[in-house]
Amino acid sequence: MTKPRAGSDQHVIGWLLLLPAAVLLVAFTHYPAAATLYHSLFSTPKAGRSAVWVGLDNYQAMAADPVFWQSLRNNVLFALGTIPTSMALALVMALLVNDKLRGRAFLRLAYFTPTILPMIAVANIWLFFYTPGYGLVEQVTRLFGAPSHNWLGSRDTVLACLMVVTVWKEAGFFMIFYLAALQAIAPVLAEAAAIEGAGRWYFFRRVTFPLLMPTTLFVLVNAVINSFRLVDHIVVMTKGGPDNASSLLLYYIYDVGFKFWDTSYAAALTMFLLVLLASVAIGQFVLLDRRIHYR
Amino acid sequence: MTLTKLASALTLLSGLWAGATAAQTTEITFYYPIAVGGPITKIIDGYAEQFVKENPSIRVKPIYAGTYQETIVKALTANKSGEPPVTAILLSTDMFTLIDEDAIVPWEELAKSADDQAWMKSFFPAFMKNSQTGGKTWGIPFQRSTIVLYWNKEAFKEAGLDPNKPPATWAEQVEIARKLTKRDGGGNVTQWGIQVPSSGFPYWLFQGFTTQNDVLLMNDAGNQTYYDKPAVIEALQYWVDLSQKHKVMAPGVIEWGTTPKDFFERKTAMMWTTTGNLTNVRNNAKFEFGVAMLPAGKRRGSPTGGGNFYIFKKASAAQQQAAVKFAKWMTSPERAAQWGIDTGYVAVRPDAWQTPAMKKYVADFTVAAVARDQLQYAVAELSTHENQRVTKALNDGLQAALTGAKSPAQALKDAQAEAERILRPYRR
Repeated sequence: MTKPRAGSDQHVIGWLLLLPAAVLLVAFTHYPAAATLYHSLFSTPKAGRSAVWVGLDNYQAMAADPVFWQSLRNNVLFALGTIPTSMALALVMALLVNDKLRGRAFLRLAYFTPTILPMIAVANIWLFFYTPGYGLVEQVTRLFGAPSHNWLGSRDTVLACLMVVTVWKEAGFFMIFYLAALQAIAPVLAEAAAIEGAGRWYFFRRVTFPLLMPTTLFVLVNAVINSFRLVDHIVVMTKGGPDNASSLLLYYIYDVGFKFWDTSYAAALTMFLLVLLASVAIGQFVLLDRRIHYR
Repeated sequence: MTLTKLASALTLLSGLWAGATAAQTTEITFYYPIAVGGPITKIIDGYAEQFVKENPSIRVKPIYAGTYQETIVKALTANKSGEPPVTAILLSTDMFTLIDEDAIVPWEELAKSADDQAWMKSFFPAFMKNSQTGGKTWGIPFQRSTIVLYWNKEAFKEAGLDPNKPPATWAEQVEIARKLTKRDGGGNVTQWGIQVPSSGFPYWLFQGFTTQNDVLLMNDAGNQTYYDKPAVIEALQYWVDLSQKHKVMAPGVIEWGTTPKDFFERKTAMMWTTTGNLTNVRNNAKFEFGVAMLPAGKRRGSPTGGGNFYIFKKASAAQQQAAVKFAKWMTSPERAAQWGIDTGYVAVRPDAWQTPAMKKYVADFTVAAVARDQLQYAVAELSTHENQRVTKALNDGLQAALTGAKSPAQALKDAQAEAERILRPYRR
């Protein structure tokens, strides 16, 4: 029996154990972030013109770029429109299918289906839902005598239409987390509350919801990230149009990087998105963590 | 010591081996813009196989790379990492982008024999406009299209119009569309007269209007645009008026992808779309339809569109020569004819239309020749340096005007200012 020697050897083993995770983290998270920052400070290399140091030029161009500001504004609206709605809907659906009712498994499946469909396929279906004249949306609104409307082709409605698709797609996904959390709540709590004479709403407000807070935080962080990350449906449904009315930040980054091939400006835009998301996530943890009861 | 010896021996061996195989077969990668599966991939695979059978020293490896946009992203990123495809079908309008990235070689440098020279002159001149700049040929036409007008003959009859007489002028287009527009008791439109799609790439459809108004959008060198010329503004005004003044076209931006479906569902009695939709319309329209050249303003006109063969600079000389051979084989008259029949693209050379197969096809399906006949009026598709950025400036302006956010004059003035800002460095 060799006793594990104290000191440096143990350190080495510890580091070796960490190595696989560390390599992955560095290769796929830290290095790309650092490289993005580095490239955003240089000009875009072109044939015959290699990259030169330009300092904050790309960031100045960003501040003066109206499409960037419009995409940012759209994205904030998009986040405000999708996050609370999809989370509230997820919670309601989870409560509904957590109860003992007939066809529960079927209902759960139905709520979850949008999540497992690929976004590209979903977007192609919704494209036809929104078609003026004979699309599903118009077939319903026509029953109420509403005039025909070009949903995706008008700058006033296009962003809201994309929000609906996103909520429809996301709510089922968040529902799963809420459902798992609901199942973890001990039934004795409900029994005790019933003995004390608490109503359903009171029980939800004072017991269920506080116990769900850790899940809510998790879902919220994910929802925020997704609201800046999901752009597949824009590629299929609007390509950011009409006139950038539905352009979101990540979509614009793709445009700049892979259509305009202005990679260093795309790097600057990516840095902006990274800092924005990081600060939002940190803010969420710092602000909300204090108010959350972890068991 | 032994290790180094072994290593050098291995290097020598592998060098010999590589040399030996190079003498036997040259492999060329061929990026083709389509998603996996489907009838088109079968056709391309078949071509590659047959070519290899006839040229045993060459192996063609088709790689299906997604949409045009995805394909150029893959090709250019591969080029940056040093391993580009040998040849690829990419949009003809990507020419300047590929030149600016120093990714491709002109065909003159590779195809030097008299036979090659004759081959390069064998295509419709309209298709070469997007394939040449600065006196050099950078692309060889393969799958090319133009815009045509489709009309529903039954709707024409219902409206008391001659079903065999499509609009031939701008004025007739408005007049006929007015007669075709049907409203219900509440004033809601149940059938629009005409539909010109404006999502995604409205500049292409817009080039129909500008060409008909006898004005070009850019110069041959691809470093100057003319978005705010009075004739261009007039053309946009005509397009906008179709919905805002005459009310014969749905307002707002019209989706490209659902336009054929709108036509099948009789939501619109006429539509502008690519000749590439011909087979789709033929299979899905449950009524008699016609295909015509776009109506004339001051003249007839349509831009061309579609994809060209390019050869990449970083490929080896042997590979480039093999790629030239392959492109020549793929665009021979018989194959160009068959490709056009199978897909609906316009066969790219006049002599393809003289082949027995094509003659028989046109005799059975006369509308197939409309796109060919329109070629004499066709102009190059909008393409400049920084192509997608300069094009986006115009797209944004067009959509702003069509949604009523800006007047046509203002929208095009803004688009021109943006294009000027981008293109100024290329005029030095």
